[in-house]
Amino acid sequence: MANTYTLIASSTVGAGGASNIEFTSIPSTYTDLKLVTSLRMSSSGQWYTLKFNNSTSTYSDRYLLGSGSSAASGIDGGQPALAGSAEDSTYTANTFANSENYIPNYTSSNYKSYSGDGVQENNATASYMAFWANLWSTTSAITSIKIEAQGGVNFVQYSTAYLYGISNS
Amino acid sequence: MAAGSTYTPIATTTLGSNQASVTFSGISGSYTDLIIWTNAANTAGNAAIKVQVGNSSIDTGSNYSTTYLYGNGSTATSGRTTSATSMIAARTASTLTANGYITLQNYSNTTTYKTMLSRGNAANEMAVAYVGLWRSTSAINIITLTDENANNFISGSTFTLYGIAAA
Repeated sequence: MANTYTLIASSTVGAGGASNIEFTSIPSTYTDLKLVTSLRMSSSGQWYTLKFNNSTSTYSDRYLLGSGSSAASGIDGGQPALAGSAEDSTYTANTFANSENYIPNYTSSNYKSYSGDGVQENNATASYMAFWANLWSTTSAITSIKIEAQGGVNFVQYSTAYLYGISNS
Repeated sequence: MAAGSTYTPIATTTLGSNQASVTFSGISGSYTDLIIWTNAANTAGNAAIKVQVGNSSIDTGSNYSTTYLYGNGSTATSGRTTSATSMIAARTASTLTANGYITLQNYSNTTTYKTMLSRGNAANEMAVAYVGLWRSTSAINIITLTDENANNFISGSTFTLYGIAAA
């Protein structure tokens, strides 16, 4: 049977941490991309961005956020925009936030819409789950993805990211 | 997830012209769950996608309900539709800048009503999550997707149905 859900690449952060996780030379042979992350920050901060082809423009977003006590919505507006969760360094030790990003039709000549679903957990009053609706208004095929922590801090050791290719045939 | 037969493309449609609906029929009951990914637009702008299902024919009765939670960039809002003639799911825009997924769990069993989970993403409008119900114990083997406001999906819209097997 056809292999339609294929691991393209993975990365595990080593001792000393890393300022980003990057997947380059992404093949164009799939229909969609799916990114699965398990991340924790070296300092305070809760989110990550996705930078495509090292571009720092034409990103837009809307997000929906639950804190454990209330729900809120907003627009990040960053270039690139927030797209997933990374565990705050002050949250419960040994806990990593999980997120998934889905990028349909990543090689098309249309603008690239993508989604993010992220959760953190924290043995305290507040912890966050969030949904993102994202758009990169560029017609180029996506050939690289860089995951960067909010505020330029590092991801800690044992943070992981997996990039899958999904084919529709 | 292991690669291969656990995430199998069943059918895919890329519209070559504007079209009112997309139907997946003759769906095999050999999977555990179904998931549809959409990257679709319509002629009138932001909207949800209506999801109707059935066994051999689409159920157009008032047997569906949906609960939704969305954020539009300033506020978070939740609501419900009950005794409706469809579930609502995913999200579209006036151009191909929105996407979403629709999952149907245990779609082929004949003892329980069928549940749906969905997410919709339109960066110009909202991020939204849905849970839906079809009040029928019939196995699902046909699914029809239409625009929430009865507008056409535009050319280039893509809809892909995958089967997910538990083993």
